[in-house]
Amino acid sequence: MNGNGGPTREAYRVLEGWLNSAPSQLLEHRRDEAELLFRKVGITFAVYGNAEAEERLIPFDIIPRIMSGQEWAHLSRGLEQRARALNLFLKDIYGPREILRAGIIPPELIFQNPHYRPQMNGLSVSGGVYVQVAGIDVVRVDDKDFYVLEDNLRTPSGVSYMLENREVMLRLFPDLMAMQRIRPIENYVDELLGTLKSVVPERGSSDPVVVLLTPGSYNSAYYEHSFLADRMGVELVEGRDLVVRDEIVYMRTTEGPKRVDVIYSRLDDDFLDPLVFRPDSALGVPGLIAAYRAGNVTIANAPGTGVADDKAIYSYVPDIVRFYMGEEAILKNVPTWRCREREAMSYVMDNLHELVVKQVNGSGGYGMLVGPHSTTEMCDQFRNLIRANPDNYVAQPTLALSTSPIFTESGLAPRHVDLRPFVLTGRDGVRIVPGGLTRVALKSGSLVVNSSQGGGTKDTWVLSE
Amino acid sequence: MLSRDADSLYWLSRYVERAENLARVLDVAYRMASMPLSYNGVDSNEWESALVTAGALEEFRQVYDEVTPANVIEFLAFSEANPSSIQCCFDTARQNARSVRSALTSEMWEAINSAWLDLRHLSVRKISVQDLPRFLNLVKEASLRYDGSAMRTMLRNDAYWFSRLGVYVERADNTARVLDVKYHVLLPQDAEVGGGIDYYHWAAILRSVSALVSYQWVYHQNLRPWLVADLLILRQEMPRSLAACYAALSSHLDDIAHRYGTTGSAQRLARAAHARLTNRTIDDIFQVGLHEFLQEFLAENNRLGQSITNQYLC
Repeated sequence: MNGNGGPTREAYRVLEGWLNSAPSQLLEHRRDEAELLFRKVGITFAVYGNAEAEERLIPFDIIPRIMSGQEWAHLSRGLEQRARALNLFLKDIYGPREILRAGIIPPELIFQNPHYRPQMNGLSVSGGVYVQVAGIDVVRVDDKDFYVLEDNLRTPSGVSYMLENREVMLRLFPDLMAMQRIRPIENYVDELLGTLKSVVPERGSSDPVVVLLTPGSYNSAYYEHSFLADRMGVELVEGRDLVVRDEIVYMRTTEGPKRVDVIYSRLDDDFLDPLVFRPDSALGVPGLIAAYRAGNVTIANAPGTGVADDKAIYSYVPDIVRFYMGEEAILKNVPTWRCREREAMSYVMDNLHELVVKQVNGSGGYGMLVGPHSTTEMCDQFRNLIRANPDNYVAQPTLALSTSPIFTESGLAPRHVDLRPFVLTGRDGVRIVPGGLTRVALKSGSLVVNSSQGGGTKDTWVLSE
Repeated sequence: MLSRDADSLYWLSRYVERAENLARVLDVAYRMASMPLSYNGVDSNEWESALVTAGALEEFRQVYDEVTPANVIEFLAFSEANPSSIQCCFDTARQNARSVRSALTSEMWEAINSAWLDLRHLSVRKISVQDLPRFLNLVKEASLRYDGSAMRTMLRNDAYWFSRLGVYVERADNTARVLDVKYHVLLPQDAEVGGGIDYYHWAAILRSVSALVSYQWVYHQNLRPWLVADLLILRQEMPRSLAACYAALSSHLDDIAHRYGTTGSAQRLARAAHARLTNRTIDDIFQVGLHEFLQEFLAENNRLGQSITNQYLC
């Protein structure tokens, strides 16, 4: 609300006034009510490898994170620019590869990347869109600047929490919400369906059949898959529900096979088609990639987008924006030392206690080292790991992340937050609903906001100008 | 709709119905076992016949040495070794519900989810025999709430029809089993022998399908074994009778056939079975032999379930 003791930010004025006049018990009651609401509708999050907490609620904080219209306008311009550039990058990588010929990105970062998919080479994807849904994680470090932490271009999740958080807030705080002009986000699902329909293959139906492909009910994001399918009014399918005949994809229905035009896939590439990728995948659909290559079905996001979102490519995104858009990146990158480069590596080795070290292909906050919070032994351990496989690591400074107030047992307290807005790209352009999923570190001082590591979420309000 | 979704809905309903039926069976065993010994007859063992009704006697014997109330309650209500225990029924029902979330109304999901949460909590500290009625009530209420939510909130389309098919296939199976386990006390020649003892058995049968009061409303006379059989097999107005289940099955299968524009073996089987139940009297049935009739019915009901699966669910 006011950083560290400074004046309250303009966007938080109304909230502050309301909080000051609210009876002391009120917040506790509403928090308990929120917990009950979430539990009842069954919004849970499965954590891998944790049988006891098989279905756990993601902690929800009832204090909203608020952004002014101006802040949002700047951010959304930057997001759109970045999404367009990354799409053009993918089109180039799986096409003419001009950026490699221009010497801007070392080719081995592409061709040795585990997410690079040679099957995508020379394929013309519908509408030229590779990343229909992107989740771009940003943090604010000062009054005006946002830094991008990570581009999630494969199967970004969390949007259901964004929508449910808003619904819960509307039920719990109608009075507070009526006091200011909060821009709506409820249309996300319509925009998503519109985006998916816009990328129907040219040979597809004029009234395209869209399905959402899920790995199944044991997946950690299954709740979100069923939520989105339900709200869009499309079938939630598993691999075994789909069958390919003569390079056309059908789903098995009670009325017999029905043709599918667009697959919104929440399955990792690796599992999509056992004939092309992992042969042991029981989750995928044999023949799917052949149907895709034949132009009879669209898979969103396209296979192979992971080549653009790993942490080694990340550090080149400002160059990517410049190369394809001919302009400077509006959103900054966190300065990144690539351990594959000799000088950078020696800097990282010498300054490990001040840096955050991440694996190039890691996600979910696993396998990373937060230098300032680590013991000397842990640092030494990481030094050995980096030395053994420098290509696999990058390091970044620990940022002075912005904080947002949360409601704790002892009243309001600041915690670090990030924001994942969802950027939709269709044949007809880019759509971003104002807001995103705010993730919050619940432990005081902690920088890790991942839900698999005990982070929570809160509603995000973007105010009208 | 997706075949897998239809399959999940069908089995979701079957498992909820099965849990409720088990609760009724346990309820009756508990009641009969609390009667003075002389009422029950010397060699009757209500807990064992509960196992037989549930079709679980063999599996039970593999796990336990002795038929005691505590063992039977544990096995039928909570045991993980018994895939059809009430607990497992709700686990499976919820798994099915989870995988078909988008085809359920939020009321149905909440009914299943909160029942699952409540029951899971209860089973952890294992209830005592005296607590049984309270537990069974919870189960029955959960099933009522689920069923009521389905009836009141679902669109009348194929999703609804498939979920109803599950209810009625399971219910018909259960009613036939309840009757078959006790068929010997329903044979006319036993009527005079029985007297007071048999009265309790007949009442128990009716109670296990919540039909004791209904009996009075339909027949206005004392319990007669052939009328008990008549009520549960042939009476259309009795909601758990075989005839009522088959009226519903053939009507919902016709709804599906009408909507899809094609009909198949499931429709033919259901219609034929329903016709047989409508054109018979209870005397005809006793002439064939009640036990034989019920065994034949159970096999037929199974065939219908298989045929629904082959035609729509896989």
